[in-house]
Amino acid sequence: MTHEKLWEVFIRSRNGLHHAHVGSVHAVDAEMAVENARDVYTRRGEGISIWVVPSAAIVASDPADKDSLFEPALTKVYRHPTFYEIPDGVANI
Amino acid sequence: MSPTSEGLLTIADGCLVLSHRLSEWMSHAPTMEEDIALGNIALDLLGQARGLLQLCAAETGADEDQFAYFREPQDWRNPLICELPNGDFAFTMLRLLFVSAWLAEVWPTLGGDAAGVAEKAVKENAYHLRHASSWVVRLGDGTAESHRRMLAALEGLWPHRGEIASEQWYARIEPVLTEATLSMPAADAWTQRSSADGWHTEHLGYLLAEMQSLARAHPGATW
Repeated sequence: MTHEKLWEVFIRSRNGLHHAHVGSVHAVDAEMAVENARDVYTRRGEGISIWVVPSAAIVASDPADKDSLFEPALTKVYRHPTFYEIPDGVANI
Repeated sequence: MSPTSEGLLTIADGCLVLSHRLSEWMSHAPTMEEDIALGNIALDLLGQARGLLQLCAAETGADEDQFAYFREPQDWRNPLICELPNGDFAFTMLRLLFVSAWLAEVWPTLGGDAAGVAEKAVKENAYHLRHASSWVVRLGDGTAESHRRMLAALEGLWPHRGEIASEQWYARIEPVLTEATLSMPAADAWTQRSSADGWHTEHLGYLLAEMQSLARAHPGATW
């Protein structure tokens, strides 16, 4: 349709978790975007909450910057939480 | 069948016939998202119909497939509005609004064994009503072309409200039509007769021929 925009869809699968990006939908307004997201992405009980955001509102990093943005992290193993034991019963890490 | 089951059959047949009509939109909806939405709604309605047909069938010792696939048109009790061809998208959405508004009244009244079916159906139907309402408003209060189509749908469907309209029904419909910049036609305008005596439009026969042909060609077939 002529007036359609693209919306990014975020679903929270259960309480305590964060909303995660699952994909995008086309819609002419926010209400339709929520309904389309519900119909496309929660058909099998995937979620308890939906966020939709106009794709145009997303600011993305430039792929040309990937060396300066991401390369430096690859050699810094001390940033990984692998130097201590995670106690039993701590979920969602 | 008992009077109660006759009442259930009106709801079950209405859901099943409308489910079939909505399924005809598959791969033809205006967008991929709407295609999935209509499929979801059609499947909800199919599940609701099955739940009630199982109850009707249990009373007569038949099974639900016997009811769905081996009844002749004159034995169907769906409101006639459910069997009308889809028309354009505006017509389909306004019809869905009209039927969902009716189901919103009837589901909560069901007791006994049907209460279990109704409990789930009330939630599903609330979404159908919401989805249809937002489309009716969007198209009615949209472009000149979408308004023209919604107006044509309203004129085409209004004479078919007879079996589903009630005071509560008009109260649900009117604010949606108003928001869609369409004025509600008179509640006492002419409307068609009921299907309770087995009279249907010419369209049900064709719908059933398509829906029932496989089961009749291969009785008891499974996959």
